[in-house]
Amino acid sequence: MTTETPSKPNRFTGAFSQSVEGLGKGIIDVVSSIGGVVALGLDVFRWSVRRPFRLQNLFTQLDFVGVGSIFIVGLTGTFTGMVFALQTSTAFALFDAESLVGPTVALTLTRELASVFAALMVTMRAGSAMCTELGTMRVTEQVDALETMAVNPVQYLLVPRVLAGLFMVPALTMLFNTTGMTGAYIVAVFGLGISPGTFLSRTQQWMAPADVYEGLIKGAIFGLSVALICCFKGYNASGGAKGVGQATTEAMVSSALAIFILDFIVGMLMH
Amino acid sequence: MGPQTPPGSARAMIDIVDLHKTFAGNKVLTGINLTVPAGSTCVILGGSGSGKTVLMKHMIGLLKPDSGKVIIDGQDIVPMSVEGLQQVRRSFGMVFQAAALFDSMTVFENVAFPLRQHTTLSEDEIRVQVRKRLDLMGLKREVEGRFPADLSGGMRKRVGLARAVVLDPKVVLYDEPTTGLDPITTDSVDDMILTAQKELGVTSVVISHDIASAFNVANQIAFLSKGVIVEHGSPEQLRESQHPAVQVFLQTWFGKN
Repeated sequence: MTTETPSKPNRFTGAFSQSVEGLGKGIIDVVSSIGGVVALGLDVFRWSVRRPFRLQNLFTQLDFVGVGSIFIVGLTGTFTGMVFALQTSTAFALFDAESLVGPTVALTLTRELASVFAALMVTMRAGSAMCTELGTMRVTEQVDALETMAVNPVQYLLVPRVLAGLFMVPALTMLFNTTGMTGAYIVAVFGLGISPGTFLSRTQQWMAPADVYEGLIKGAIFGLSVALICCFKGYNASGGAKGVGQATTEAMVSSALAIFILDFIVGMLMH
Repeated sequence: MGPQTPPGSARAMIDIVDLHKTFAGNKVLTGINLTVPAGSTCVILGGSGSGKTVLMKHMIGLLKPDSGKVIIDGQDIVPMSVEGLQQVRRSFGMVFQAAALFDSMTVFENVAFPLRQHTTLSEDEIRVQVRKRLDLMGLKREVEGRFPADLSGGMRKRVGLARAVVLDPKVVLYDEPTTGLDPITTDSVDDMILTAQKELGVTSVVISHDIASAFNVANQIAFLSKGVIVEHGSPEQLRESQHPAVQVFLQTWFGKN
């Protein structure tokens, strides 16, 4: 007993200081990553307004990020609208307000869900590919090769990817809105027996263009952030195949977190 | 085929003056002085961790030194802006250790890449230029459409050099060109370096720890040890060096007697 007593506070102090150290290190990592992403964003902006403008690279990325995501975003949108209509109708039926299914789904989709889901889909489909491709190019010295050939890697590789995220996520958000409302209409009208006129007129009555704009602005912010985060992680990858894998995991987690945190911040600022 | 002695000119293509570089308290380069005459092949020889790659990255402006000058064809590139460096880099070609070819492009597209980025040549003219360089490197037409993953290590190096010389650079840098290659392929890479010097008249800087290859291709060899060049001269002069680090290194190839 006497020999154990003095070691207890030491063990506690050790564990405590380790926790504080770990927390501090975590905070420093997060802050330096945010700083890195912002600095990269400024660099991308600087190089995006300078010649040469490589339109072919931009269109390739617009096609990959946007056109390539149409099917998955459309499908996700349809099922989200359908399930949302189904669940809200059950709740609204309790007080005979099924006619509010249309506007409820519409407002939720346009203001929140469409932009968040479209950005998440782009993160999983295109963001992961961006991060892996850039990371592989970095660890196999292809990025250095570009630099030695007097081609700026930020301008050549990152500008088209970031612009594609910025332009295509709002477009996919609009697609999500459309397919989501179509799904909700199908369930509400053909499944639950709500009249088409009620569904459409109530939706029109409660929704304003500002709701759609809010979603599109959010989509642009999410698209920019996700593309920047994935590019930042891939562009700064090191340590061979393992390093690229780790960078991609970090990019996915950080992008998903950024979408939810920014959703709250932007939503708060807009209301 | 041995290295061709550059025609009498003593004009320095690369002149490095008192170069220092430290990474996180670790002194990597501690006062490098090196002059590479135009048209010659200089091999920078040294063991792993001696600072060879760091020195090469300074020559092309990928790293900024803590102090010292890197004078390329009469211009100090250390104080240059990104735009100035971009201009200087157009007179460089670099062959990477693992070739660093773009995976997503074919051999033809890889070699054509610098032409498409920096010239306004038509597709027909680009084809002529690319084929000229591929022929020079002894690569047959059928490799044009292949992707880098389908090529052998030696072929990748050849394509890497074809890409590096397609804009007719003044200087070609080779980063460990023979590492990981079998003796026959190593010989063909040596021939490729000599061909580039002979046919194109480029100044070559080769980073290597391959003694046999260094003695095959070099007009001059600089021996780098612990961040400083301890011996610099012709291959014959290096062979006679009394510096302990050089002697120990060369004994691994030439034997102790």
